[in-house]
Amino acid sequence: MHDFPLSKRRIILNINSEDVDIYIRAADLLLDTIRESLGLTGSKPGCLNGDCGACTIILDEKPMKSCLMLTLEAEGKKIMTIEGLKNTPIQKAFIEHFAFQCGYCTPGFIMNCHSLIKNQPNADPHTIKEWLQSNICRCTGYQEIETAVLSVLRKDYNK
Amino acid sequence: MRVIGKSVGRKDAEEKVTGAAKYTDDYIFNNMLHARVVCSPYAHALINSIDWSKAEKVPGVRSIVTGVGLPLTGEEIRDRSPIAFKKVRYHGEVVALVVADHPAQAAEAASLIEISYTPLPVVNSPRQAFQPDSPLVHEHMEAYEINVNVYPEPHTNVAHRTKIRKGNIEKGRMESDVFVEGSFSFAPSDHAAMETRSCFAEIRPNGDVIITSSSQAPFMIKKLISSYFGVEIGKIIVNTPLVGGAYGGKASVQWEFLAYIAAKSVEGRPVKILYSREEDILTAPVHIGLDATVKLGCTRDGILKSAEILYLFDGGAYADKSPDLSRAAAVDCTGPYHIENIWCDSLCMYTNHPYASPFRGFGHSEVHFAFERTMDMLAKKLKIDPLELRYINAIQPGDTTPTQVLLNKSNVGNVRACIDKLKELMDWNGETKIESGKHTVRTKGVACIWKTSTIDPNASSGVILTFNPDGSVNLMSGVVEIGTGTKTVLAQILAERLRLDYDKIHVKMKVNTQTTPEHWKTVASRGTFMAGRAVLAAADDAILQIKSIASCILRVRVEDLEIDSGKVFVREEPGINLKFEDVVYGYTYPNGNSIGGQIIGRGNYILRHMTYLDADTGAGKPGPEWTVGAQGVEVEYNTINHTYKVVKAYSVIDIGQVLNEKTARGQVMGAMSMGLSFGGRETFYFDQHGRVLNHRLRTYRPLRFGEQPEYAVEFIHTPHMEAAYGARGVGEHGLIGMPAVLGNSLSLAAGVELNHLPLIPEQIWRAKRRPQE
Ligand code: FES
Ligand code: FES
Repeated sequence: MHDFPLSKRRIILNINSEDVDIYIRAADLLLDTIRESLGLTGSKPGCLNGDCGACTIILDEKPMKSCLMLTLEAEGKKIMTIEGLKNTPIQKAFIEHFAFQCGYCTPGFIMNCHSLIKNQPNADPHTIKEWLQSNICRCTGYQEIETAVLSVLRKDYNK
Repeated sequence: MRVIGKSVGRKDAEEKVTGAAKYTDDYIFNNMLHARVVCSPYAHALINSIDWSKAEKVPGVRSIVTGVGLPLTGEEIRDRSPIAFKKVRYHGEVVALVVADHPAQAAEAASLIEISYTPLPVVNSPRQAFQPDSPLVHEHMEAYEINVNVYPEPHTNVAHRTKIRKGNIEKGRMESDVFVEGSFSFAPSDHAAMETRSCFAEIRPNGDVIITSSSQAPFMIKKLISSYFGVEIGKIIVNTPLVGGAYGGKASVQWEFLAYIAAKSVEGRPVKILYSREEDILTAPVHIGLDATVKLGCTRDGILKSAEILYLFDGGAYADKSPDLSRAAAVDCTGPYHIENIWCDSLCMYTNHPYASPFRGFGHSEVHFAFERTMDMLAKKLKIDPLELRYINAIQPGDTTPTQVLLNKSNVGNVRACIDKLKELMDWNGETKIESGKHTVRTKGVACIWKTSTIDPNASSGVILTFNPDGSVNLMSGVVEIGTGTKTVLAQILAERLRLDYDKIHVKMKVNTQTTPEHWKTVASRGTFMAGRAVLAAADDAILQIKSIASCILRVRVEDLEIDSGKVFVREEPGINLKFEDVVYGYTYPNGNSIGGQIIGRGNYILRHMTYLDADTGAGKPGPEWTVGAQGVEVEYNTINHTYKVVKAYSVIDIGQVLNEKTARGQVMGAMSMGLSFGGRETFYFDQHGRVLNHRLRTYRPLRFGEQPEYAVEFIHTPHMEAAYGARGVGEHGLIGMPAVLGNSLSLAAGVELNHLPLIPEQIWRAKRRPQE
């Protein structure tokens, strides 16, 4: 009746530009695979229901909530997690503008912001809001995050 | 000053923007087992039987634990079994625990446990709990073990009552010409930290209990596990890595007991428990609810003469910290005003709701909503400017607080200066209602706030400093980094005192109760004050050691030495000096002889002259100082559909000295955001059976990006003389007045008194339809 003991199958995932060869259960969430099988714990569980955005990764250039996907569905796609970002403008902006406090929402927010910057370099306030509404930050007043994003999007922005 | 007041970068910044920062659930070991809770679907019921025969057949299941034979727990009253025994008292209460190899197996088994219940009548609000004929949540309160200073009333639902009797209320009434009375209420709600609570525990072959938890109170976990489960206290080691948001919600100890019990049931193997979001909302302690009645009397000129107050807190099914919460609310039961005659009963009521833990502000945003709304009603009746009414009554040095503490220039901030600044910032000319569109009006609302801490009178904080061979310093404090940046600020205090580069201070972020000195709990905006004082003491201790070694090598008196920029030198002749790196790890003479050794600085701090409150009058000194402030908001309200937008939110806080500008602003703005969210939208919706209907972030919806107002934050600087560099606590204060200012501005906009939270359009619509009293 139940799929136990945990039968597994082998798949290859492309994650942060590397192919990894792993065994997964058919029911595994992409978030759990990233964290538990690959040890990339930057992506966080917050609700496992698509509501908080803490688990956001970039899948083929678009932000995706990794709790809303089965690992199987990610086969053949390019997955990028926070661990794949190094010294990007948005990371620097988050530091400079104190756009985090506890830091738990931060990887998800940064992935979303990074993707926004890549996909919509001329995003207007409405677009920014539309994109970033999918993540919750409980610590900051969001103003710091907005400042960080704008400082990257608008080169002449200095608030 | 070198670094005090500067927005130096946070010590945890790089870790946090790269995903490298580790929180409790990020520690993954492959020998770890996983626990899953089974929760009660009822708010009040008898447990008839628990059948786990199907569950235990699920592959991978290692143990199933129920409430049989567990000790009672609770910080103020020991009234709660960590797993319910015979009876459940709130929706979401843990009834059984399953431990299995894989989380999916544990979840599967948990779903197969069959429990039969007999539902009982529920107590669904603190008002109902207060009725003489209300069902009882705890029938045998008298049998419980009770902490000092807690006064439960057996055969009722009163878990604790704090009485404030200041002056003579009869006299106050006689001297008053004008009276107003208001009733206010809101249901419990949630902290909704983005990291759900989690913990893992193991018991080592030598009996050491090792616990890692997402907590604000690692030292309390150690104490409580020791006292409840009879483990020798030195054998308990608690680790706290970074914490993903807490806001008071992780100051209670709950999930740690479960992890410990789970580990014990599998011969000490490591077991992890991670609450799902639903469990985090339902099972874990929540933000307290309140039912309040406030009656104020004043002279024709608006001088407050009497305050008669009844606060009925919704403590929920178990007491834990809520007697203390209701006590803290009594301590500052009025706003920051001088009132000679105060009569207040602040009660912590048992109900069949999820039980409460602290919430940012510790009872203050709750009572300020009731009190500051009443102040606006009074101003309206007197036909005077509500800010003026606050100004003339503002509390000042020389006045006494509700618990009769005499205020002086140091232990209270300057309320009037805050009001003046707010006036300027908001462009305030009395209450105004401006038509800003065809169906929209703009209004502003204001409130004043204050808060002291009400924590254990013997709470203490310790700091250890060790030096590295290059002259840099390691800072170890038991303060948990919950996001507030306190450890960064402590590093600044240390750099300032040691006159050392900020970059030469290395901060230990994780807390380990075996190697980090105790900091009571990371709560009450007291981290910077208490740990700050401990840092100063430790720095002075280290400086003295450095100077004594140097005095021997340089052949000068200790008093003639000075330190700066990593050197110790003769004050008059700075050319005669030694580098820190040559002395902090012992000094070696050319022939190899050596003296000294690694410098280890130590310091601690305990609050001075704190007292318990008198049982009959409430007189007593609960905290060292009051941070005060004035806050406001501007809203645009749609008169047709009752929706509104918060245009701008203002805070002026007397912070004493700013230690880190951006961190302080961030704390205030974040707190304001949380306060607006609490006042404007957050609540649990209970059905008639006391069940919480919205236990997901989809239905329990905090503020999201783009919904924030523009923030204006300013500081006033009245130093607290006992604090490091005069700084006052500021982690909570931005939140305190927000529900009240929202209520005040919207009451004006909607033309109806709005006394119930959250202020969603439906609430306003209902208030408008209700006949006005
Ligand atoms: S964990 Fe994926 S959206 Fe919350
Ligand atoms: S920084 Fe804590 S939730 Fe965003």
